[in-house]
Amino acid sequence: MAGRAEKLSATAASVEYDADVLVLGGGPAGTWAAVSAAEQGARVVLADKGFCGTSGATAAAGTGVWYVDPDPAAREAAMAGRARLGGYLQDRRWMARVLDCTYVQSNRLAEWGYPYPVDDSGRSQRNSLQGPEYMRLMRKRAKAAGVTILDHSPALELLVGDDGAVAGAAGQRRQKQDRWLVRAGAVVIATGGCAFLSKTLGSNVLTGDGYLMAAEAGAELTSMEFSNPYAISAAFGSVTKTLFYGWATFTYEDGSVVPGAASKGGRSAIARALLQGPVYAQLDRADAGVRRVMRLSQPNFFLPFDRTGIDPFTQRFPITLRLEGTVRGTGGLRIIDDSCATSVLGLYAAGDAATRELVCGGFTGGGSHNAAWAISSGTWAGRGAADFARQAGSSIRRAASRAGAVALQARANRPFSPAELARAVQREAFPYELNYFREAGRLDNSLQRLDALWVEVSEADAAVEADVLRAREAAAMLATVRWMYRSGLARKESRGMHRRDDFPEQDARFRQYITSGGLDEIWTAPRPHADARYAEAAE
Amino acid sequence: MIEVIDAERCTACDICVSVCPTNVFDKTDGIPVIARQGDCQTCFLCELYCPEDALFVSPFAETPQGIDIVALKQGALLGSYRRAVGWTDETRDLRDADRSYLLFGH
Repeated sequence: MAGRAEKLSATAASVEYDADVLVLGGGPAGTWAAVSAAEQGARVVLADKGFCGTSGATAAAGTGVWYVDPDPAAREAAMAGRARLGGYLQDRRWMARVLDCTYVQSNRLAEWGYPYPVDDSGRSQRNSLQGPEYMRLMRKRAKAAGVTILDHSPALELLVGDDGAVAGAAGQRRQKQDRWLVRAGAVVIATGGCAFLSKTLGSNVLTGDGYLMAAEAGAELTSMEFSNPYAISAAFGSVTKTLFYGWATFTYEDGSVVPGAASKGGRSAIARALLQGPVYAQLDRADAGVRRVMRLSQPNFFLPFDRTGIDPFTQRFPITLRLEGTVRGTGGLRIIDDSCATSVLGLYAAGDAATRELVCGGFTGGGSHNAAWAISSGTWAGRGAADFARQAGSSIRRAASRAGAVALQARANRPFSPAELARAVQREAFPYELNYFREAGRLDNSLQRLDALWVEVSEADAAVEADVLRAREAAAMLATVRWMYRSGLARKESRGMHRRDDFPEQDARFRQYITSGGLDEIWTAPRPHADARYAEAAE
Repeated sequence: MIEVIDAERCTACDICVSVCPTNVFDKTDGIPVIARQGDCQTCFLCELYCPEDALFVSPFAETPQGIDIVALKQGALLGSYRRAVGWTDETRDLRDADRSYLLFGH
């Protein structure tokens, strides 16, 4: 294996490639996967729904990175620091290897020219990345490694071979009004999580597409109950930055302080207050030094304020909470081994498309650990997929069929309206009283409505070409919220970010993972945590 | 949402058409058009990639705003994001200005 992916044919209606590894998604995880697979000698195609370099939650933002020096005490403290927050569901072995991999790869970013800041003592600081700068560099590196990038080319469905192994994918080229098809020895899903078109910064391309495609091929998900983080933004705007709201005071309409409200550890108080009426924030606890550092570190945070004439340090402004779903939740495709293989042969997962339960347990504040996971899981999935493809041999001669169903196959009923479906899903996924504060009766009622919607869409005819992407996105959102709420019902306790009004306490019997899967019938099943598995093996 | 492509500044390089992650712009025989404003996710990245500072993204994510282009061009907002992150020749030294490490652990 060497060189570039081969273009097999190009007709008026579609373009077809032969590759060893196909990566779906061009954010951090996807680009790391593509670069790593290419470094193994694989011929790689990367297809992104938007533009590799600007797509996804990272490109539009700044992100912390879980970069810790290889000093045993520092590493130990970093792993222990988040154990309680994550509900003790992290896996120490995985945390250690994520720290190792992130350290090595971040240092390569420096070699490649990423402009890490240097502090007053002359030390290069590598625990934060500016999204636009980082992703522009990753696109450049992918191209330099020989990766063929297909921009504005959303995948619509996977191809599955007679042997049951994933053999490529097919999709649309939005700006060329045609289709693409890539035959590949292995596929990496790096399509991100699902934020339900909530307009939380950079996330409207993240609609759970990879979950749907993978589930259609039989893949399992896990930790989908950890899917309800909400980020603070100005009520009118899209820019979220949890860190900065750590210096905010939150007030009601009348100016009195919302009791218990805080960016960290008090966001539920904000949600409860927003159920009653408007809530305001003012970053009045930032002194002049902090204000200066904020402006330097995250210029886009200030765009909504500078462009509306608001001084966020001295004036209060209305805020809202935008659902981030599994983008900053920890649920996603289940990983079955160190190479980030999923439960389907030839299919790998990385970044937010994969579960982050191994490194974050049941809670992530976003950034930091997720960014480290994207780098690490991308690296491993790319290598794993390249190895798998090498062993599988040439993909061209394998017979493969299309695995996609909803909105892609001819059915008796009229096609559904993608926009209406998306709004219907949002009505179930956004409300704090359903998703933030969960309770069996409310979840059951919501699932009845959602299951009925699923029956409707699965009996609907294929979408017309102009609607097919939006239809698949809306269907993926629908599938995602159904896995979320079924898993949420199965976890009869509160742990990590998952909170149940009817089970407000953490329950030691639930220190386990919840696997989920299925589309027509959603199923869930408990799975032991690594500590329990080791204990069993030792007996 | 994206509100403005300034016809005076735009050179029809079509970079915005390529880089917009939600495919909001369309190429034309002349300068690009904002073809699907409702798909804009207000990520400001088209503005950042525009070498001519011809684009303006309003911070209002849900609703289109009336923008006074004349006033806009008299002010300092066009290109303000690009300058702030160091993506102009004059501000290159800001590319490594990130001081987030001073804020973590708050």
